Amino acid sequence: MEHTIVRTEKFNAYFGANHVVKDVNISIPKNNVVAVMGPSGCGKTTFLRCINRMHELIAGATCEGEMLLNNEDVYDMHPIFVRLKIGMVFQRPNPFPNLSIYDNVIAGYKLNGIKMAKAEKDKIVENSLSRAALWNEVKDSLHKKGTFLSGGQQQRLCIARAIAMEPEVLLLDEPTSALDPISTASVEELLFELKKNYTLIIVTHNMQQAARVSDRTAFFYLGELVEYDDTKQMFTNPKDTRTQNYITGRFS
Amino acid sequence: METTVNNPGATRRDKLRVTSSLQTPDKVNVRRLRRSYRQIRTENAFRKTLIIMALAIFVLVVGIMITLIVQSIPSMKLLGVKYLWGKVWDPVQDIYGAYPFLLGTLLTSFLALIISVPFSFAVAIVLGEYYPRGWFSNLLKNVVELIAAIPSVIYGFWGLFVLVPIVRNFELKIGVQPMGVGIFTSSVILSIMVIPYAASMGREMIRMVPSPLKEGAYSLGATRWEVIRSIIMPYTKSGLFAGVLLSLGRALGETMAVTMVIGNTSLIPKNIFSPGNTMASVIANEFTEAASPVYLSALIELGLVLFLVTVVINMIGKRIIKRFTNE
Amino acid sequence: MGPRIKLRIGKSTVFKTLVILFASACVIPLLAILGYIIKEGITKINWSFFVNVPKPVGEAGGGIANALVGSFIIVGVAAIMAIPVGILSGIYLSENKTSKLAYWSRLSVDILQGVPSIVIGIVVYFWIVKPIGSFSAISGSVALAIMMLPIIVRSTEETLKLLPDTLKEAALALGMPYHRMILKVILPCGIGGILSGVMLSVARIAGETAPLLFTAFGNPYLSTNITKPMHSLPLLIFNYATSPYDDWHNLAWGASLILLLWVLLLNIITKLTTRKWNIQL
Repeated sequence: MEHTIVRTEKFNAYFGANHVVKDVNISIPKNNVVAVMGPSGCGKTTFLRCINRMHELIAGATCEGEMLLNNEDVYDMHPIFVRLKIGMVFQRPNPFPNLSIYDNVIAGYKLNGIKMAKAEKDKIVENSLSRAALWNEVKDSLHKKGTFLSGGQQQRLCIARAIAMEPEVLLLDEPTSALDPISTASVEELLFELKKNYTLIIVTHNMQQAARVSDRTAFFYLGELVEYDDTKQMFTNPKDTRTQNYITGRFS
Repeated sequence: METTVNNPGATRRDKLRVTSSLQTPDKVNVRRLRRSYRQIRTENAFRKTLIIMALAIFVLVVGIMITLIVQSIPSMKLLGVKYLWGKVWDPVQDIYGAYPFLLGTLLTSFLALIISVPFSFAVAIVLGEYYPRGWFSNLLKNVVELIAAIPSVIYGFWGLFVLVPIVRNFELKIGVQPMGVGIFTSSVILSIMVIPYAASMGREMIRMVPSPLKEGAYSLGATRWEVIRSIIMPYTKSGLFAGVLLSLGRALGETMAVTMVIGNTSLIPKNIFSPGNTMASVIANEFTEAASPVYLSALIELGLVLFLVTVVINMIGKRIIKRFTNE
Repeated sequence: MGPRIKLRIGKSTVFKTLVILFASACVIPLLAILGYIIKEGITKINWSFFVNVPKPVGEAGGGIANALVGSFIIVGVAAIMAIPVGILSGIYLSENKTSKLAYWSRLSVDILQGVPSIVIGIVVYFWIVKPIGSFSAISGSVALAIMMLPIIVRSTEETLKLLPDTLKEAALALGMPYHRMILKVILPCGIGGILSGVMLSVARIAGETAPLLFTAFGNPYLSTNITKPMHSLPLLIFNYATSPYDDWHNLAWGASLILLLWVLLLNIITKLTTRKWNIQL
């Protein structure tokens, strides 16, 4: 049995009276890519944002149940610590417009006021950018503003920024939905690489993407976790009819 | 340590329990976490500071109101409501009536509006419809901004030395007492000063007229004037009115320019060329000289009236604008 | 073309001409004022005008050093008080759009914006001058600071509202505490709008006279003690302009020109900052 890193038990999330995630039980093994898919409005993004406690930033949003990171409930920890351990990449690339590429990568340290030697910083920047497959493209323009990059490059910069903090889990919320096909391919390729060091949870509404990049897939429908299985298994032989309907495009 | 951070009340449990998180071997990680503890405390202090500052603004306004009311109480008690209708203001005899100042304020302000509205609306139409960009529009925009930027004491100074002699000559010609200073002169100065308010508000409003509406009319063969009259004016009338209200609020409260050219007499003005006083100008002139408590309090009551009137006018104007922009 | 159409087009042209005429007419008073102030002011300005204090009536010469220094101190102290309060309240309002406190605070800002400046002078007189027992520069600064507040709060709130939420999420997802997110990410991104609001507020109050009449009061001598009465440019202009002496009028003309240039300079800087810091997101 693989080592489980994130596990939930009877996890529910609400927007006011609106019940958006219902009784979800899931365990996510370490160094895996888990795809979370489902039609829009099925609660998949909300679920993802609950993992690193971004959900609660929206007024009126609440949740209940257990959300365990290494057997410790993240809702017992301070949100700052949770977010240091669980990184996140958003739908739209959001580099800090006031910072250079270099400073964007170490933003987590710099803006948290952590002082480091120049050499240490350089190392983190090079490492993270290399792992985000961006180093070769930007190494000569590290001190330009991050907003000059293309969409795909910006998104990889955001990934570099997230992994620079050495998180244990990386959450990706439809990271390619705002990107063109070529940039999408470069980000997907990167996910394969990242899996060696991190556990990735990726929300996507693109079935092909889920099939291409993930080891395991979770299918959400109307807030419920309908099915959670090995990706190959899920796409070739779904157990639930709702999953089958979704995969074959009968509702969307 | 009990703490509510990052949106208090949104989560079920916000207790801090971080013992196991510290056992990360990485050097940077440890430093990072230790640093974070300190920051959590700062975070709460910061949130509280924000709340206190927002509260401070509210307290400030409540404080202003309370101060004005409390300081007006002696005058309200002694002089009663009829103070506002009293026609005679004679501090030497201890007779206080605010009517001359109410009348002076209304006369100067409305006269100023009547003079300035054609000009400010013309500016609004030029900037909003005829020439939204280009050199003429830039020139006009800068002119309006400059008019708004000139300090009121300079308007007053200029009025005293340039406008007053001109008005005096004019008064000689039409055969009224040639004082030069007075209600009319103040109104002219005020009318210049308030042009920017109605003009820039009107411009914004005219810009917001949806172009399909205008295009619909043009496509039916309407002329520019017809479009302005039957599409733009009806669509923007509440917004233009709000701009005029903002101008009025400014005119009512304007002190220095008026004080310098109105003539400062507490008699009821006979006509628009008579010297007079406004609420603001009488306060400016007599506040530091008011020896008896009732005298001082009567002046403050004028300030209270001025405050309430301008606040109400500004609030109505802002409400209209808000409704207009939300639609 | 039928005569009816000609008539309609004619009407339209007449209206356009009228509108343009009226709009252009606004240039006349502006040029008249600027021209007159420059003409009268420029001949009165020389070196001693800047370094001397006013001479008593009857003696020629003298300068406005006391008012220049006073204006600088009074406005500076006002800015020091108003800027932090204004920016922090603006942050609160942009961050808490729907809270009760935000509603009341926003209403207060609206009210404050419309309060006549003379009324603020009265109130500060009772808050500071009367308890201390003397007119003082600091009370003038408080009055001016109250007038600056609404402009700073509004511009901060409006600027920060325009920043996308994704920026905040990016910062928080990196484990950044709230205050660092605000101070290191949100504020730097909105600094342009905030700065121009601050500049605008300074430009607005630099020429204010009415709230200083019962607070800073004025002082014919050079003073830097903020607990004592102090002169300022607008106060000096008012006092000397309404005096019957030509020497004092001359000082007032020179002071008017200086004040005018100073206010216009502030306005130009405001425009440039808005343009330069115009960040794209």
